[in-house]
Amino acid sequence: MNIALFLQMAAEACPNRSALTHNGNHYSYAHLYVAAKNAANKFSRARCRYISLIGESSPAVPIALMGAAMAGVPYVPINYRLSEEQIVPLLERIDPAYLITEKTQVPYSNDNWVIQNPNDFITDVMKGNDPEISWHEDPSAIAVQLFTSGTTGDPKAAILRHEHLVSYILGSVEFMGALEEEASLVSVPPYHIAGISAILSSIYACRHVVQLPSFDPIEWLNLCSQERVTSAFLVPTMLTRIMEILDKQENEAANLTSLESIAYGGGKMPLPIIEQALRRFPNVNFTNAYGLTETSSTITLLDPQDHRKAIASNDDKIRARLGSVGKTLPSIELEIRDEEGKQLEAGEAGEIYVRGPQVSGEYDSHSVLENDGWFPTRDSGYLDQYGFLYLSGRADDVIVRGGENMSPGEIEDVLHLHPAIQDVAAVGIPSEEWGQVVALAVVLLEDAEITKEEICSYVREHLRSSRVPELIHFTRELPYNDTGKLLRRIISEWFNPKSG
Amino acid sequence: MLKPGLRLKSAVCDAEIMVIKAMKGNDLTCGGVTMAEQQEQGEANQEQMHGCLIGKRYVNENETIEVLCVKSGAGSIYYNGVELMTKDTKKLPSSD
Repeated sequence: MNIALFLQMAAEACPNRSALTHNGNHYSYAHLYVAAKNAANKFSRARCRYISLIGESSPAVPIALMGAAMAGVPYVPINYRLSEEQIVPLLERIDPAYLITEKTQVPYSNDNWVIQNPNDFITDVMKGNDPEISWHEDPSAIAVQLFTSGTTGDPKAAILRHEHLVSYILGSVEFMGALEEEASLVSVPPYHIAGISAILSSIYACRHVVQLPSFDPIEWLNLCSQERVTSAFLVPTMLTRIMEILDKQENEAANLTSLESIAYGGGKMPLPIIEQALRRFPNVNFTNAYGLTETSSTITLLDPQDHRKAIASNDDKIRARLGSVGKTLPSIELEIRDEEGKQLEAGEAGEIYVRGPQVSGEYDSHSVLENDGWFPTRDSGYLDQYGFLYLSGRADDVIVRGGENMSPGEIEDVLHLHPAIQDVAAVGIPSEEWGQVVALAVVLLEDAEITKEEICSYVREHLRSSRVPELIHFTRELPYNDTGKLLRRIISEWFNPKSG
Repeated sequence: MLKPGLRLKSAVCDAEIMVIKAMKGNDLTCGGVTMAEQQEQGEANQEQMHGCLIGKRYVNENETIEVLCVKSGAGSIYYNGVELMTKDTKKLPSSD
């Protein structure tokens, strides 16, 4: 069991189909397969312990991922936007590696490392012959190691074994399920789990991938019409920026006629944005996906039918589903548990636990899987009586005021509806009297004015008084990472500069 | 004992399969001949040559046996003398 099988099957079933378009260059599945085999031979000769890639999306990304799998070496993509001080400790954890990067100043240059520019790498592996190659089929070998974004502390190295990724793909993608004319626009960064699953699921579906190396809403719209893109995955900030551009340029929407489906995930989607998108693109199928690195990507889905039903409904309960991440995949079990580990009923919020063959729940240092295979996600949320999952944030983000648990999400959701507020984050800050109290970071819309007192009375009007903020900080923007995850740790430090 | 991840070839056609669920014994045949990791040419049972298709999953009735066809062939897959059938999977919207 090896993820390289997917590329072998795609090259066997449709060798001449377009696999990849990057900067106007096209690569067929046969090309990609030969390149990956040549890469595997290079990697094996280098005798490194890891294959790493620090860079934007390019053909080097799927080739290195598949080549590493064939060579039996873990593939470790790293965020190219990190500073050198942040990258060095990560490189120390994958010593020695075959590193593909454009960065010229890599602090590793000893004899055991191989450092190669992505363009040179691609040229090398493309010009090789078609070698005979065999690979190991050990399901428990490590396929991918991903450093998590570290929103709450030092980056952890999540381990995904071949069995996890293969289970995920076999359980959710139909082989050759894509038509020849389909094209998927991939703009998620290669070091993110969504970047890995985009490669694997596209290959198994034999779908044509169009890479957008660095997200820009105008570029995204141009590529959509130029390449006749039929599907795309977006994180919420990307969709937000696309909708902003479309608001300014009414005509652009007409160029998106080829677009059939948009999947989104990776963070909380603001309700007004998805409502606006659904109205503007009534024929596009929207799917909301929720998953974690440790679960090999998607574990729950809100499907296109759920979206259409929700936006058309006058029933508040059904309409609220636009804020849900949907129902679990058939191969996933999901439970909500309280702090003592007791399973909770529908409607009760607690920590989300999941189990299934795609769930790794493992880091390079330890596994957090329970003996019976359940993975505590550290995300909190609740299931409604129909099995729809609603997220309320990270368990670590819960604000505990005088013994009362409150999720930042419920406060933020209410404030997002205020006409003067563009963005808002609620965090818990230490209080002698209450343990913790609520603090708010608020971004106002251009030209909008509102006083702190007005915000407090707005919260008091809509929520219990315990939710009323003790401190409010106005700011021009909130800190998000590349994939749109709010960095609450940094916001807490604004209120508490010494404690960070 | 056939372990998950094991790849087996047909002796009578181009077919290859990968074991998805572990199974006892090795009574997996293609075109009437036992499948193996390395394969010599074998003689097909013409009554067991309905073909198998790349990307399809084949299961027995209670789904305790499951294999993935990774290369199409003219032979069909049997376990313990019973023909395996294709597994219908629920089609999910793409989330990647």
